[in-house]
Amino acid sequence: MSALASTSFPAALTVLVLVPAAGALVLLAMPRTRPDLFKPVALVASTVSAALAVWMLAEFDAGSAAAFQFWQQYEWITGWGVSWQVGVDGLSLFLVVMTALIFPLAIVGVDAEHSPKPYYAWMLMLEAGCLGTFVALDLVMFFVFFEIVLVPMYFLIGGWGHGRRAYAATKFFLFTMFGSALMLVAIVALAFLHSSASGGPVTFDLTAIAESQVLATNTARWLFLAFALAFAVKVPLFPVHTWLPDAHTNAPTAGSVILAAVMLKLGTYGLVRFGLYLFPEASVYFAPLMITLGVIGIIYGAIAAAMQRDLKRLVAYSSVAHLGFIVIGTFALNTEGLTGGVLQMVNHGVSTGALFLLVGMIYERRHTREISELGGLQKPAPLLAAVFMVVMLSSVGLPGLNGFVGELLVLLGAFNAHRWWAVVAAAGVILAAVYLLWAYQRVFHGPASGANAETPDLRWREGLVMVPFIAAIVFMGVYPKPVIERIEPAVDAIIAHVEDNVSGFTEPVADVHPSVSIDDLARSMDMADHNGSGAEHSEDGG
Amino acid sequence: MGAVLAQLPVRTPSVDWTGLLPVLLPAAGALVLLMVRSLVPSRLMPEMVDAVWTFAVAVAGLVSVVVLWQRDADIEAFGGQLVMDRIALFVAAVVLGSVALTAPTLPRYCRRVELASAELCVLALLAAAGAVVMAGAADLIVLFLGLETMSIAAYVMAALNLRRLESLEAGLKYFVLGAFSTAFLLFGIALVYGATGTTNLDGIASYLDTYIVLRDGMLLAGLAMLLVGLGFKVAAAPFHAWAPDTYVGAPTPVTALMASAVKAAGFAALIRVFVEALGTRANDWRPAVFALACATLAVGSVLAAVQSDAKRILAYSSISHAGFILVGVQAASDEGVAAVLFYLAAYAVIAVGSFTVVAALSGQRDDRTGLDTLAGLGAGRPALALGLTILLLAQAGVPFTSGFVAKFSVIAAAVEARSYWLAVVAMVSAVVAAFAYLRVVVAMYFRDSGDEAGTPEQSKPALGLGAGAVIVVAVLLTVAMGVVPGVLESLSSTAAGL
Repeated sequence: MSALASTSFPAALTVLVLVPAAGALVLLAMPRTRPDLFKPVALVASTVSAALAVWMLAEFDAGSAAAFQFWQQYEWITGWGVSWQVGVDGLSLFLVVMTALIFPLAIVGVDAEHSPKPYYAWMLMLEAGCLGTFVALDLVMFFVFFEIVLVPMYFLIGGWGHGRRAYAATKFFLFTMFGSALMLVAIVALAFLHSSASGGPVTFDLTAIAESQVLATNTARWLFLAFALAFAVKVPLFPVHTWLPDAHTNAPTAGSVILAAVMLKLGTYGLVRFGLYLFPEASVYFAPLMITLGVIGIIYGAIAAAMQRDLKRLVAYSSVAHLGFIVIGTFALNTEGLTGGVLQMVNHGVSTGALFLLVGMIYERRHTREISELGGLQKPAPLLAAVFMVVMLSSVGLPGLNGFVGELLVLLGAFNAHRWWAVVAAAGVILAAVYLLWAYQRVFHGPASGANAETPDLRWREGLVMVPFIAAIVFMGVYPKPVIERIEPAVDAIIAHVEDNVSGFTEPVADVHPSVSIDDLARSMDMADHNGSGAEHSEDGG
Repeated sequence: MGAVLAQLPVRTPSVDWTGLLPVLLPAAGALVLLMVRSLVPSRLMPEMVDAVWTFAVAVAGLVSVVVLWQRDADIEAFGGQLVMDRIALFVAAVVLGSVALTAPTLPRYCRRVELASAELCVLALLAAAGAVVMAGAADLIVLFLGLETMSIAAYVMAALNLRRLESLEAGLKYFVLGAFSTAFLLFGIALVYGATGTTNLDGIASYLDTYIVLRDGMLLAGLAMLLVGLGFKVAAAPFHAWAPDTYVGAPTPVTALMASAVKAAGFAALIRVFVEALGTRANDWRPAVFALACATLAVGSVLAAVQSDAKRILAYSSISHAGFILVGVQAASDEGVAAVLFYLAAYAVIAVGSFTVVAALSGQRDDRTGLDTLAGLGAGRPALALGLTILLLAQAGVPFTSGFVAKFSVIAAAVEARSYWLAVVAMVSAVVAAFAYLRVVVAMYFRDSGDEAGTPEQSKPALGLGAGAVIVVAVLLTVAMGVVPGVLESLSSTAAGL
């Protein structure tokens, strides 16, 4: 993949990462006597990043979305061949934008329950870490950011969480650290083996290593497994997911939002960027395994979610199921599947982030998340119910909302690649409708008794925070074309890269070719969604 | 008599005295302090002078190291018995730097625990001199001399807190096991001498280069003995048994020195003897070091995770760090040596910083080091808690700290030497050790202070300017080496001859 530097603002990405970090340092240096200033400072820092991200979205050249744009490289540890190298392409663009936008929303939407200074400082550190992971194009730099995000999240869960927060925080830290421990060995081994096989100097440059595939097949497979383990823990995939429900349930609201919306994507993004791109042959070889784990995750997550009594834990398990879709889309290894996977990363971030915010609002009002103790909230809080409805339906995958587009593409891709697994996965869509609608019914419908009847509705600030989420949900459901247009070239480049480097592999497509092109899909979605969104609004009112 | 001497063609070896400054300064500084202290009545000389003098001597030693580093040629003295090459200078810098970092914490500590600071300072300087001799030894006998000078000073330092039984126990254990290990070392030296006919490290290397030792039983036995002897010194499992009790019992600043300076000297000796002198026999000793490293990593990190005393956690974690450094030794390459040096420098700073925090909180008798004493530190003393947190995260190998870069460099050296499994073992044990550090963090932040009845002085002991400055410097160095590791990396690479 080629790299394009920005002419108008070459250091845009570096600044994007450094602004929140600088904001955190400013916060640390501020006196404790002015607690009222902590939140505004945090907000300013994250808003500057968000504005920069939006500017980049506008500046991004959709025509060359397969190239790394805003590319920049500095020397870092020259002796070891490590550099500070950043860039975004169609795969990471929307993840970066979503991350940069969701942080200010989480900061506005949720107040620190106590000790605001460290709270906002950790939030900003977390933002810098997440953004750094998405834009890093050097293996060591990627690892550094991938690992550093553990620290702020650990302190957010442990310091501002509920219940068994210390246990959940430690479990989260150790699980993810264990996953990435082997990845570090694999990164170093990859660089050395690559340099000895290609005769060049040791480099950790992602593009340089990925574009010259010189490793022995077996070696590459082992290395892929080490990378995949790290990402599987982060995603989380089925057998290594057990940290997630604990972390989500005990985390503070903003922590859950970021965890679900951004941090889980570090894993799925890693699978694409550092799985498919670095190890095309191993990805093809292990694709059935990964798809199987993804399908297990979908079904298992759905069943587990349906059985939860805690609303937050329910949403947490629904994440396991949704992330399974992203994994099967990724390892369908065709344009539809991978585009859907990448799109679904953004969709899941928006809708599950919003869901966790809403669950946090309910908890704030009722001081419980037990579904059995809630009920009939729709009467006292109609606006809350309406917003929850839209977000929940987006998570279910209702046509006209964003979740549908991603899931449809994933299932299309998976159907072409592994037909029967797609059939099983489609059952997961139905299960999602079951547990989410059932939960909605139990929480919002029925008679409101006792404290439930007194539940206050959304405040102005809360409502305003939800507006961008709803807008994104509806926009990407109705008119996904501009998003898909920017993702697809990058996806095509990755698929072509896999085809070039794996002998005998061709993109799995439908038997009757061409079945559905992305453009057709977008166009038909356009029409379908006008009806869908109309129906939606009527429900809002009710 | 004079006439006889004048006629004899006595030729003393020419000695480059300036080149020996890193050894001479701490040794002379110790003797001067000892004399002045015993001659000048103590009412005329405040206790503060000891620490200030120690600090000044250590800094002067550091300056001499910097000056000598600029020279291109290695400095040989005493007919090549002592070589101040770049490795020696690097380790000397680590040793003297550790002393310089520890010294400012001493006045307040000694006043609180009622320790004689003069003795402590004299012994610390003597130990430093011995450690630098070890780093520069080009002969097994000189190595032994340096080791004994350093160790004997360290034994006494460990037992210096006379009011505390554990301190005496620490000194005794350290002494008995140390003497025991010295016997192994001496026997190893004798056997290697028997096999190669020389005790000079260069001589051994060139002998083994030139001749193929057909009946190498004696050589291998000597090699094993040397490994056992030095393994004791760096507290590698299974020769680590003395370390936890000694670390916990010794006065805390002494523990800091043992974890930083003494450990650095021990590893310098390991590099000198094994990587340099016995490099040609790497195939014989690498499997043994592999096993030692695995055992040390496992024992250190697993046992660290189950302790409930902060000082003991740090003691076991020090063992686990020794395991990591052994991973670099096991690579038996210049990259490995560079990684070991980097790790030693990074860990010395972290260790001194962490133990200084523990010392500041340890109370009148220097024994309040349980995890409970740290409860509520995050709320009560946020800056101190943040400092210890950063140092602990550095020990866990979190990015943007020197600990990460150090781990990265040893892992890179191991992978380059194709010791993949050792690298994997090391990283997995790092996760186990991380659990131990997180327990300390949990105690500081996520648990409310248990002893509300404690007096304000106890729950909020005054840190003092010296200790405060040391912690700040340690934290800043740790973060700086993590964010911009290039400087230290190029120094350690140069030292290793890359």
